[in-house]
Amino acid sequence: MTDNSHLLEIRDIHKAFGGVRALREIDFSLEKGSITGLIGPNGAGKTTLFNVITGVFPADRGEIRFAGQSVTSYAVHERVELGIARTFQNVELFESMTVLENILVGLHTRTRCGMIGSIFKFPRIRREEKQARKRATELLEFVDLADHAPRRSSDLPFGWQRLLEVARAMAAAPRLLLLDEPAAGLNMSETRQLGDLIHQIRDQGITILLVEHDMSLTMSISDKIVVLDQGRKIAEDTPRSVQSDEAVMAAYLGKGKNSGHGR
Amino acid sequence: MNDKAHKIAYAVFALAVILLGWQVDNQYYLQLMIFIGLNTLLALSLNMLMGYAGQISLGHAAFYGIGAYVTAILTTTYQVAPVLALPAAVGTAMLVAWIVGIPTLRLSGYYLGMGTLGFGMIVHIVLREWSSVTGGASGFVGIPPLEIGLVVFASGKNYFFLVWAVVLLCLIMCRRIIDSRVGRALRSIHDGEKAAAAVGVDTKKLKLQVFVFSAGMAALAGFLYAHLVYFISPGTFSFVASIRIVTMVVIGGMASIWGALLGASLLTLLPEWLHAFSEFEMVVYGLILMGVMIFLPRGLTRGVLDVYERYRKNHDR
Repeated sequence: MTDNSHLLEIRDIHKAFGGVRALREIDFSLEKGSITGLIGPNGAGKTTLFNVITGVFPADRGEIRFAGQSVTSYAVHERVELGIARTFQNVELFESMTVLENILVGLHTRTRCGMIGSIFKFPRIRREEKQARKRATELLEFVDLADHAPRRSSDLPFGWQRLLEVARAMAAAPRLLLLDEPAAGLNMSETRQLGDLIHQIRDQGITILLVEHDMSLTMSISDKIVVLDQGRKIAEDTPRSVQSDEAVMAAYLGKGKNSGHGR
Repeated sequence: MNDKAHKIAYAVFALAVILLGWQVDNQYYLQLMIFIGLNTLLALSLNMLMGYAGQISLGHAAFYGIGAYVTAILTTTYQVAPVLALPAAVGTAMLVAWIVGIPTLRLSGYYLGMGTLGFGMIVHIVLREWSSVTGGASGFVGIPPLEIGLVVFASGKNYFFLVWAVVLLCLIMCRRIIDSRVGRALRSIHDGEKAAAAVGVDTKKLKLQVFVFSAGMAALAGFLYAHLVYFISPGTFSFVASIRIVTMVVIGGMASIWGALLGASLLTLLPEWLHAFSEFEMVVYGLILMGVMIFLPRGLTRGVLDVYERYRKNHDR
């Protein structure tokens, strides 16, 4: 049975690629309106778990429940429609399109116009397009990029591209936002701004799951930390308790070679 | 380009068509311009698929052929009025595209190219070998002229205006699709299929939709072709024809509706101009295409715009 306070429930997820067991018995839930940090050494399975949650590939076993509904068999775009949006580790913008158009594509699931509608431009379609542009401008204002709306997205500096990608994900009006290493490649002041932005998004009632190597950012903004190591969940607790958890220390420090990721 | 610029472009285009149709009386030139129109339709239809959605098709002439043969068979063998044969021709091509597209569009890159190439060859073989219906390798004769109501589109001028009116309509239609929610989703697939799915675009469905749309437009060109020449043969719709359409798109400029017009014009006119070179014709033809690809790899339209922008930048300084 599901209980109402959880937006996303991950139940006994297994995933293997050939002989590599990328995820084993992953089991945790995200409380509505919370920020959860997903951490772990390289190869722990964080991105794989993101891909399973968003539906890029199916889990071998287990169930993903979203808002009380099983989405295990849903395609990526269907999950977006339900309210699961994401960003990518290596910023995946639509590079031939303008900043504004990137957001407009983000609004895809919240608009209806089809092939026939676009050819005949019914009044309903014109209205929808106008509203979409208005909403897109609002989202650009939210990340301070409204002045750059007509520029090609690939012309933006990297930090702004990240913000644009977050705004594009927000356009889908998600209830759950998955951020894959949003601070990677950002400088310190940009990272601080990003932290504020994530808080603002949470304050809009959006639940957030983030993978992040920047420990100071993750520990400061997360309500809960889930730690993966070699495809298993080894800890799930408050940031304070996780930092003193022995298994976590061992995973990060014990093997020495991965210790560089903690900061 | 914004909305206003497009309207001006359409107006200039329409004016050019009217002037040309009015002033040119030479049957040879009219015929040549009609062929440019048909090729523009083909290039435009493939550009929607290849330039915007990023899905290559090396068998596009198959839909052109289906359009031509369906109307030929219906209007000649079964005496159906051409106006009624039109929806049948376009509809058949769209239906075939839908059936073929479901498995084929699962492929991508080279594999999609190979899949569509195979499809094009199959259609060509069917047209050539199914002699009892298609007339076989020797072709299909006696296709009636196009009649719409009381107007018979037989003279060069009549047909010229008809074809170019259709071209203008199709240009507007494509432009509208590209600038809409659907068009943005298409372009997003081109830029990154993974990201497109992640913002909620049903990539499989959309690719199939644009494939079907594109097939319908190619069939429309086939329909117009059949009623223009009254005689069709499988050779026109072979693999070489498919490659020619791809070349028009690439030379003209991918992801540009005016590029389709430019590419089609160039590739229709070039062989005519190159007659002067007699035996070296194909060599010069190949050299020109190579030159364009080396110096303007993004096609003529983009290339010329780039040169212009660079010139302006240097001038401003």
